[in-house]
Amino acid sequence: MSNTSVSQSKPDNAPKHKVNWGRLEEAERFSELVKLYRQGKLHPDDFRRFRLQHGAYGSRMSDDYSMIRLKLPAGEVYSEQLEKIADLSEQFSIGSAHVSTRQNFQLHWVALEDVSEVLRGLAESGMTTREACGNSVRSIMCSPLAGVCPDEVFDPTPYAVAATKFLLRNPLCQSLPRKFKINFTCCEKHGMARMVDIGLIPQQGEVNGKLQKGFKVFLGGGLGAQSFVGHQLEQFTSEDQLLYTIVAVIRIFDRLGNRDNMARARMRYLVNEMGWEKFQNLVLKERAMIKMLLSVLVKLEVDKTEEPMRKISINSEMPSVPQGYSRWVKSNTFKQKQPGFSCVFLTLESGDVTSTQLRAIAEMAREFTADGQIRNGFTQDMVFRWVRNEDLPRVYSKLLEVGLANPGALTMASVVGCSGTTSCNLALTNSHRLAKEVQRKFIELKIDEDDDLRNSTIKISGCPNSCGQHEIATIGFYGGGGRLGKDMYPLYTMSLGGRSDEDTTLGHTCTKVPAKRVIQTILKIVEIFKSDKKQGETLDLWMRRVIQGNGGPNVKSIDDIKELLKPVVAAPTKDTDGDFYADYGSDGSYHTKTGRGECAA
Amino acid sequence: MCGLSKEKTTRVTVDADKLRSEIRDKSVKVLDIRKEEDYKQGHIPDAINLPLASLLADDSPDKVLQYAQSFGISDETPVVVYDDTFGALASRIAWTLEYIGHEDVSLLDVTYSTWKKLGLEVNSQTPNLVKTNHSLKLKPQILATADYLVPAKEKGAILVDNRERLNYLEQHIPGAINIPYRMLASGQNILRPKEDLRRMIQNRNIRPDSEIITYCGSVGTLSGLGYYALKSLGMQNVKLYVRSFKEWKSLEKPIEQQKDANYWDLSAE
Ligand code: HEM
Ligand code: SF4
Repeated sequence: MSNTSVSQSKPDNAPKHKVNWGRLEEAERFSELVKLYRQGKLHPDDFRRFRLQHGAYGSRMSDDYSMIRLKLPAGEVYSEQLEKIADLSEQFSIGSAHVSTRQNFQLHWVALEDVSEVLRGLAESGMTTREACGNSVRSIMCSPLAGVCPDEVFDPTPYAVAATKFLLRNPLCQSLPRKFKINFTCCEKHGMARMVDIGLIPQQGEVNGKLQKGFKVFLGGGLGAQSFVGHQLEQFTSEDQLLYTIVAVIRIFDRLGNRDNMARARMRYLVNEMGWEKFQNLVLKERAMIKMLLSVLVKLEVDKTEEPMRKISINSEMPSVPQGYSRWVKSNTFKQKQPGFSCVFLTLESGDVTSTQLRAIAEMAREFTADGQIRNGFTQDMVFRWVRNEDLPRVYSKLLEVGLANPGALTMASVVGCSGTTSCNLALTNSHRLAKEVQRKFIELKIDEDDDLRNSTIKISGCPNSCGQHEIATIGFYGGGGRLGKDMYPLYTMSLGGRSDEDTTLGHTCTKVPAKRVIQTILKIVEIFKSDKKQGETLDLWMRRVIQGNGGPNVKSIDDIKELLKPVVAAPTKDTDGDFYADYGSDGSYHTKTGRGECAA
Repeated sequence: MCGLSKEKTTRVTVDADKLRSEIRDKSVKVLDIRKEEDYKQGHIPDAINLPLASLLADDSPDKVLQYAQSFGISDETPVVVYDDTFGALASRIAWTLEYIGHEDVSLLDVTYSTWKKLGLEVNSQTPNLVKTNHSLKLKPQILATADYLVPAKEKGAILVDNRERLNYLEQHIPGAINIPYRMLASGQNILRPKEDLRRMIQNRNIRPDSEIITYCGSVGTLSGLGYYALKSLGMQNVKLYVRSFKEWKSLEKPIEQQKDANYWDLSAE
């Protein structure tokens, strides 16, 4: 039986992926091990370790399904790859993919038996899931604005890619005490350099009287049940020191990280327990040793060839400007440092995107971007770069056609929500749906048009583990259970004033907010802010002032906010308001139920 | 491999070139399962229209036999069926013909849209039909009923649900495994190459000689495609639960569900 061959040759000058991260043999091995595990010939713990190392988590209440996490270094993805992800999601997952807060795609509810097929498909298009989960160096992030940000010193992307080339599948990183995260940013504003194990910001510095490229390096930060802000290693780390520095830090962590207590195993605990100065000394010594001991000079393969930008044909006939365009341009586009070009941010809902939409995005990248790629962002979003300003109305019209033209991407109206009870074993609430509900309401209320709220963020986690990054949000929430008498209801703990820029601060706990009162609570906070703010003050800056104890005239501290919110967050009895007792997405009464969490496995 | 078999093997799918030459030779009857108004606008040359809805209005063996005879299909006539719904509707018709005892029925391996996209010939003439005789030799071994399911399962039969993942998670027949119909197709062909399908079945530890029963949401279309996917691998003991989950629910039989998870909220639909 031979098949009708249908090779469609699209005229396509869009660039293809440059680095092949995939390995077909890993897919084959995965399928072998699933069979052995199912036959009882492989111990479940050994299988779990292997599964996680290959990017497959268990799903909520069931190990028969996996959440597959891709590893997309620097969040870079190309049109053919998006089309592949669309196909795989339709075939083996739920027809939608999820963009994560660390620039990856995740496919949910994939049958364990099909994981190898997904890995195979990904490998065919140069993608991998290797070391996307488990105790490994996770995908190395890089600001989606890298290379186009007006405030950056140079483009860090090639360094993120080179570091991945060095570390992926490297024996050095195969059994770390815990996961290990590295982020590159473009500038102080757009990234999270102080919230990871190693954070890097490009910088110019003088070495022996010569101007050199290098980085500001931050160590020991991170979010979780207990979070810490990273410390700067030294004034300036030149680019030729970069690899040695990374390797030194990983080796120290590998040697000294806490392997006895999983809950304290992340490097930030080591730094905290040892004290920063001691840790800092250790890193500098280790780095010196590595340089001396290396018999062969190991160098980062940084690909510095300038990418030629494609000519994209601009259609000379202007479409009539569709409704909503100016609102969208204001909240979803960003002017690049290169004159005439913009970045376009897509507002997704909690990062979810259908296969059909992915195909449309792939097609648009071919048509409208000069670099022919897409980058996933830090807030469950996707970004086109190198779009000509004249093309923006056309891009908007196309996005409208596929339901992707929502405004608000770069404003408080775009809300982050982790997977919560939709798929995560540890979840206590449906944070994923709540984030969608808040976002829908706020777009309806045109919150995105309010310049006072522009720099603020809302982020929601379904439990204290911080996957939704609530602690760095202006208004953050994590889920739990509340109780009135014998009746349980979904309840969030709210923190205020978190930020992730050069003034990185963890949010301060304010009060507990029932799930069904989250929207009213945020609106009330906005109201309090409006009546209290100084002229020209934005919500995030007002919040900082209140937290630092310089509030006023009326609201002097977080406690004052708590007091003002009391009537909003009070729980009604079940008889007066049954809906209050059900979480979003469920009609039954609320109860907490969790399984074994694999963040540590 | 097929050549070695003594048994008469029917081809599960036929490719476009083969079908075109058989149409030229007038050695085949082609059935178009789309709606009448679509058919009238253009179809594969000489194709006869049998909309799925007409068949479903009465799919008793006698009625199906009448259709076959009125179309000029005899016991020996090769029949090729196509649709524009990734082969699912065509599968349901093919299975029905098989059930009344017609041996030589196959699926076109592409949909009508793809056929057109390939630039292959279409026209809008309705062929002249000459009635003929066809015998009735029911094949109960390819049909599963609600009553049959549970005992068969106890004896080791594998129940396969061909609906999409989220529908399956929400509710399914107890013990069924899920092979969403989308898994079965590749690119533009209604069924993947055999090597791919075989690998997926092997990944699930399903043996080639297992008894398998496929079902889907309501009338046995998606599961019809599932049925032919398995047949294309040479699996002999495959049955279609043609009344599927709709009947199962109306009979108030037990239902299984993936509990305590809000998976629907992950969909961006
Ligand atoms: C103790 C357990 C866990 C901890 C401490 C933890 C920590 C984190 C943190 C801090 C992030 C934010 C990204 C970053 O800055 O690194 C994250 C992201 C994420 N984690 Fe976890 N995690 C845990 C368990 C899990 C589990 C069990 C799952 C579900 C399988 C999960 C799924 C995710 C997802 C999906 C993201 C991306 C957020 C999104 O876009 O949805 N995590 N995790
Ligand atoms: S924060 Fe909690 S609920 Fe959300 S993904 Fe992480 S572990 Fe799961």
